[in-house]
Amino acid sequence: MQMQNKNEKKQMSIISGSAGRSAGETAAQIIFTICGVLAIVAVAIITIYMIINGTPALAKVGIVKILFETTWAPTADAPSYGILYIILTSIIGTALAVLIGVPIGVLTAVFLAETAPKKLAGIVRPAVELLAGIPSVIYGLIGLMILNPIMYKLEKIIFAGSSTHQYTGGSNLISAVLVLALMILPTVINISESALRALDPKLKFASLALGASHEQTIFKVLLPAAKSGIATAIVLGVGRAIGEAMAITLVSGSSVNLPLPFNSVKFLTTAIVSEMGYASGTHRQVLFTIGLVLFLFIMIVNGVLSAFLKKGAKENEA
Amino acid sequence: MKKNMMRAAALAGVMTLALGMFTACGGNTDNTSADGTTPAAAADTSADGAGEAAENDYSNLSGKISMSGSTSMQKLAQALAESFTAKYPGVTVTPEFTGSSAGIEAVTAGTVDIGNSSRNLTDSEKSAGVVENIVAIDGIAVVTNKDVTVEDLTKQQLTDIYTGKNANWSELNGNDEAIVVIGREAGSGTRGAFEELLEVEDQCKYANELDSTGAVLAKVASTPGAIGYVSLDVVDDTVNAMKLEGVEPTAENIKAGSYFLCRPFVMATKGEISEQSEPVQALFDYLKSDEGKALVEQVGLITVD
Repeated sequence: MQMQNKNEKKQMSIISGSAGRSAGETAAQIIFTICGVLAIVAVAIITIYMIINGTPALAKVGIVKILFETTWAPTADAPSYGILYIILTSIIGTALAVLIGVPIGVLTAVFLAETAPKKLAGIVRPAVELLAGIPSVIYGLIGLMILNPIMYKLEKIIFAGSSTHQYTGGSNLISAVLVLALMILPTVINISESALRALDPKLKFASLALGASHEQTIFKVLLPAAKSGIATAIVLGVGRAIGEAMAITLVSGSSVNLPLPFNSVKFLTTAIVSEMGYASGTHRQVLFTIGLVLFLFIMIVNGVLSAFLKKGAKENEA
Repeated sequence: MKKNMMRAAALAGVMTLALGMFTACGGNTDNTSADGTTPAAAADTSADGAGEAAENDYSNLSGKISMSGSTSMQKLAQALAESFTAKYPGVTVTPEFTGSSAGIEAVTAGTVDIGNSSRNLTDSEKSAGVVENIVAIDGIAVVTNKDVTVEDLTKQQLTDIYTGKNANWSELNGNDEAIVVIGREAGSGTRGAFEELLEVEDQCKYANELDSTGAVLAKVASTPGAIGYVSLDVVDDTVNAMKLEGVEPTAENIKAGSYFLCRPFVMATKGEISEQSEPVQALFDYLKSDEGKALVEQVGLITVD
């Protein structure tokens, strides 16, 4: 970074022909610094804002009553603000989405980086890129129109004799998980593919030269070698899945229930999105607390990510 | 020389960018803080001293009216804004749709002139100095998917459906189809009104809690056996509108008092109407005029006297 700066300075002084720092240069430096600092300021403001707005409800209602109780009835006469089911839904929903999305994503990455014929790769790669660019609300609409009716048919077959099951019309955890899995695919594919492509080609040639088949090379040599990159892909996928709101609010049913496959469920994100408009008083404050919980989750995900990146960097050095 | 000029241009570009970011950032912080602050318990409650409303001549009326609140009142607020500004070109009306509670919060804080609410104000809201002006009555219609053969429900049956006692239409002499109970999210004005009118507050077992009227309509229309509730004026022919206690959900029946699912539309002001700015007073006068009443009916609502 500093090297670059020095070079730039040199170059500029040659062109402008003056020895000292010109006014323009100083101004540019100041503007760049301000732009850089802006990101820090934004993060700091958000953090402070979330803590200031998220903690009053914790004190008012009680941490245990919010985090470990299961009844969500914020507008009742005797309101109850338990978000345990909502937290569990977010965790389980994200985990399942990653469980489905990551294997498909990593294998697609292997396909693109290693085995795909050039022509086919030329079709698949733009398609994946397009997938990444589709607005999340579109995923939701597709889920609503295609996934939910299928799920409702399935639900009717599975719970045909049940008298206790509440029919959800197909808006359930599975629908949300499938939509999320699809949504994290581009992230996982792109990052895994770059990780595979960044590998030293000598690894592959050595393995092939030793008599290993192409498949053995992929699974025993290339994927293990790219594991920190793939881990990064997974963590970013988790980040995307846990923070998604728009798509799943349309398909998940949004009632607060234990996150079982055919239950209508509410995620941390959808709770905020769907209720913020009309919430007031403590209800509103608890929604900010939900935001704080979500924020903490994202921080944890990011912490894990940077740990992976550091580990990856160390391995590369060694 | 050329390069210098280019550099200057680039610099100018960066500068505008940075400036833009600043203003954007500033705007955001303002918004969020306004949003997040709890409504300060009203500065002055001296709203009682209502002055005499003088006969007003609005011929040269000009100014701004800002209103925000209930999404249920969107149709009314937009139609009102349109026709009112057509009549008084000097006035601009800016309606926003943030939700009833947010609207009342905004009028309490004084950031808007009128807070729209599709429910009665609570005592704590009233004690903050906000006055409840009922401008129309809205009926709530119970709608079902087209394949549901049941056409009439009693209050008790409707209660049983929404509290989960009845799970299949065959229990109500209908076809054999599971009932998918659809409602609105906690805090919604429609949900509050529905549960209150049905006396099932906090006992409803929703399979789906959707966050807009349109979403409820779409879900009911697309899901076999689904039942939901929406404002009377948005009911269309994609769904069946249910009779309640043998009474069809129509304006006449609501006016006659025979249909029990209805709620008030409130345009709340901070202090009495007579204390408001001239444009706001003119707006309420307009609503009371024949023209205004025609408008209220035109958007599917019921006028008040």
